[in-house]
Amino acid sequence: MAFVEESYDVVVVGAGHAGCEAALACARLGLETIVFTVSVDSIALMPCNPNIGGSSKGHLVRELDALGGEMGKNIDKTFIQSKMLNKSKGPAVHSLRAQADKQAYTREMRRTLENQEHLTIRQAEVSEVLTIDLGDGLKKVTGVKTTSGAVYKGKSVILCTGVYLNSRCLTGDLIEYTGPNGLRSATHLTDSLIDNNVRMFRFKTGTPARVDKRTLDFSKFEVQKGDVPIIPFSFSSDFDSIQKEQVDCWLVYTNENTHNIIRNNIDRSPMYNGSIEGVGPRYCPSIEDKVMKFPDKDRHQIFIEPEGLYTNEMYLSGMSSSMPEDVQYDMYHSMEGFENVHIVRNAYAIEYDCIDSTQLKSSLEFINIDGLFAAGQFNGSSGYEEAAVQGLMAGINAAMKLLDRPAVILDRSQAYVGVLIDDLVTKENFEPYRMMTSRSEYRLLLRQDNADLRLRKIGHDIGLISDEEYQKTLNKINLINAEIERLKNTFVSNSDSVNDFLIRNNSNALNSGASLADLIKRPELDYELIKEIDINRPSLPYLVREEVGIEIKYEGYIKRQLSQVEGFKRLESKRIPDGIDYNEIKNLRLEARQKLSRIKPENIGMASRISGVSPADISVLLIYIESYKNIKS
Amino acid sequence: MFNDTICALATAAVESGIGIIRISGPEAVQIASKFIRSKSGKAVDISKSHQVKYGFVYSENDPLDEVLVITMLGPKSYTGEDTVEIDYHGGVLMMKKIIDVALNNGCRLAEPGEFTKRAFLNGRIDLSEAEAVGDLITSENEFALKASINQLRGSVSDNIKRYRAQILEDLAYIEAGLDDPEHIDISGFTGTLSEHITSIKNDLSYMISSADDGKMLKEGIKTVILGKPNAGKSSLLNSLVGTDRAIVTDVAGTTRDTLEEHINLKGVSLTIIDTAGIRDTQDTVEKIGVERALEAANNADLIIYVVDSSIRLDESDYKIIEKIRDRKCIVLLNKTDLIQILDQKELEELTGKKVIPFSAKTSVGIDKLESEIHELFFSNSISFNDQIIITNLRHKNCLINAEGSLNEVLNSINLGLPEDFFTIDLMHAYEELGYILGEEVSEDLINEIFSKFCMGK
Repeated sequence: MAFVEESYDVVVVGAGHAGCEAALACARLGLETIVFTVSVDSIALMPCNPNIGGSSKGHLVRELDALGGEMGKNIDKTFIQSKMLNKSKGPAVHSLRAQADKQAYTREMRRTLENQEHLTIRQAEVSEVLTIDLGDGLKKVTGVKTTSGAVYKGKSVILCTGVYLNSRCLTGDLIEYTGPNGLRSATHLTDSLIDNNVRMFRFKTGTPARVDKRTLDFSKFEVQKGDVPIIPFSFSSDFDSIQKEQVDCWLVYTNENTHNIIRNNIDRSPMYNGSIEGVGPRYCPSIEDKVMKFPDKDRHQIFIEPEGLYTNEMYLSGMSSSMPEDVQYDMYHSMEGFENVHIVRNAYAIEYDCIDSTQLKSSLEFINIDGLFAAGQFNGSSGYEEAAVQGLMAGINAAMKLLDRPAVILDRSQAYVGVLIDDLVTKENFEPYRMMTSRSEYRLLLRQDNADLRLRKIGHDIGLISDEEYQKTLNKINLINAEIERLKNTFVSNSDSVNDFLIRNNSNALNSGASLADLIKRPELDYELIKEIDINRPSLPYLVREEVGIEIKYEGYIKRQLSQVEGFKRLESKRIPDGIDYNEIKNLRLEARQKLSRIKPENIGMASRISGVSPADISVLLIYIESYKNIKS
Repeated sequence: MFNDTICALATAAVESGIGIIRISGPEAVQIASKFIRSKSGKAVDISKSHQVKYGFVYSENDPLDEVLVITMLGPKSYTGEDTVEIDYHGGVLMMKKIIDVALNNGCRLAEPGEFTKRAFLNGRIDLSEAEAVGDLITSENEFALKASINQLRGSVSDNIKRYRAQILEDLAYIEAGLDDPEHIDISGFTGTLSEHITSIKNDLSYMISSADDGKMLKEGIKTVILGKPNAGKSSLLNSLVGTDRAIVTDVAGTTRDTLEEHINLKGVSLTIIDTAGIRDTQDTVEKIGVERALEAANNADLIIYVVDSSIRLDESDYKIIEKIRDRKCIVLLNKTDLIQILDQKELEELTGKKVIPFSAKTSVGIDKLESEIHELFFSNSISFNDQIIITNLRHKNCLINAEGSLNEVLNSINLGLPEDFFTIDLMHAYEELGYILGEEVSEDLINEIFSKFCMGK
């Protein structure tokens, strides 16, 4: 029997990394919000790797933090090791990554949700999305129904179901119909979505085994230390107070023996014997994939990472697998230092239902279902960070809609978040989507160090960043600008002391005067180095100094990217009117017509990124839109 | 509305006495002012709208051609933008040179149909014509794309594919290393990259320098050799080509099918089609050959009619003479090393064409033939497919852009910048080379990363 339980402004389905951000954003913007989870104990669960950040993912977390999300703050409270990756490379690809204490991470996020005003947590499985027909193939969401028959009315619904829809886990020929960690899967919602004409995909991912720390011989591994000092993720975290004792990670290698065991048992892997239907991610291959696809490599790196401070479980990064348990034992035993290893949890592959994300608008609302939003792995992405930023944006946009304010759309030149969402809604994606720095065309502008400079204002305008926090960013900007000005206008002469300094640093001596900014641009020098000849240098915080150094040193490259962005913005600003009928445009090639009709891009820039739409199609489209506008007016 | 300035030929590149090159966009006047000067090299003021100015197109400091320049400031121009039109003295070679000058001074080569597109989007063309504009753009683009790929020489497109594959692999390696630094270590790769890029860049420079003599293109002036069996057509082809592709025998009717050769004659690109001899034949295979020969002649820009001077003209010869009446044609009086039965003058009167005495055996007359073709080309008596020249310009332009991007990469390497700074320019080079082959870039890089490099976790 269906009965109306309660009414909310926003209903969030799922309390993983996407759901938490979505629910917090809506509640913080003053909307009555309820978040459903199949298990309250699994709020913000990290069922796979025990870390937050990493290449390009670190950028996402920084951006999320600048906009007013929670992940950055939460990891700053619960990390046990921190590292800046790619430090020897350019500033655009520096990326922060922290090992999390998984338990602490979950507990801390749960506490934040529980204490958030306007937010209600409910343990229940949502089985139906309730909609009404608006005609013309359009629907409007009205709420959800749980398996118990309770109806929760909602003006907006945000789906963040992660990998739980019709999920099944595979370890060899052992198949269990559960979500990760044996949690129950959600078996009804897919049908309800199909009833609402939502196109579904089936994806696959996997996770490695967890092993008992006491059964490993650490003398055989290379130690991996964290960075000192520790750089916080959140722009709100205090630099000094997050410095702490860090734990170690370890590195070990597979060997020919391991590879032989895998090759000899390859027909027992569900990946290879055909029992897996879902499409897996290429960037995160299982160990059997690595061995089979890269036969030339005689060893693979495996990182051994602690799952937390109060557990002996260790995560074997690089060794995800769907091999049967006995083969897994043989594989691990073949590695140095693993001779006596004890498995706590098996590695497994997991299959789940997700959607074809091109059915969404850039606001993450379904094109054809008013008020229904979607975020996270449900959209075919992968990774905690990718999920979190989508959750935040879906939450913000669900709120903006209810508050009658314009949607917040970040474009590809503003944020990795923009690149991620644009890719999801315009490009057809046939495997779990992971963020990569190479997906960003303007990455020199979208650095992790300047995420606050890029996005804090937007977060403040939305209402998720307090005046006080925003003022801090404004102050930082002022300090940066003043220091850059000063360096451009401070000249040093070709004095002995200056030339002595230059020669000592393998730099050409000066014949006449030069500005400090000019010297910083020299490949062998940088901002910190020239301090010696910069007599009146003010004392500035680390983050300001970092920014000043980057902006001066790479000025030429940054300018080049900025001019590319101008061209990009021109196409992005040409909107495609709603309700355009591509079949009416007879000069469009058939493929372009079909793709455009299905994906429904919002502007010309998006249309141009759809594969199968040629430059000539874009010209034709521009001309059609122009005449369409004239007819309408 | 548009912020770049484009340039292309506004008339067809046929044998007209004059042609018009159009420059359109915000910087049209500024760019044209850079290379339009007076005879003595002084600046010419072309800033006033709707006035005709007289001057010379200069390439660096050399005057190229005497021209008339008409400036039409927007919105009163064809495209609705500031436009400069240059009337020059016809000739495809001159057209190429002037467009090259305009490109070097900051123009971009217009896409097919782009002037019309701009005219429409700037409101200069009536709404009712929107569909026609769309048609034009679609068809011109399709044609250009087809031409671009079809006309490229096999070896050229193979090389470009090779360069692209190398660039993509290097790019993917760097990106894989940036994305997964703990599994893929790219330190020390700079030296290898520098070698790869330098080598590709040198090849591109060579291609650019040779692009003008048509070496990139398969198609040239379509030249058909006609004549009776055993008149010496294949021998002629062989002496022009310098290889033995056509089988030369004394048995009449050996060449049953048409053969194609591409040769470069003092900078003029020729596609020479050797045909089966024309005569009445019952042999079916040979009959098809003869039909093809006549058909090829119909589409030819130039016909070379080979006559055996040692035997009398017959029915078949008259058939050919009929065929070449209104066509561009050179008559070769072959086998002058044998006893002459036919007379040069007699034949000239009969055909109304220039007749060159020739011997394929002793190579007498080959120089004369070459210079005659050359003259025909430079005086523009040969109808020429303008699309070929445009395609060539486009290709060259892409090569120049790719070369520029690779130079930037080498620059960044020399400055000691980290690896991620190379990738933007590597990607540009990859894209530019892709345009030549008509290939989309989209997911190439991501696919390459995953297929070649073993990523982490």
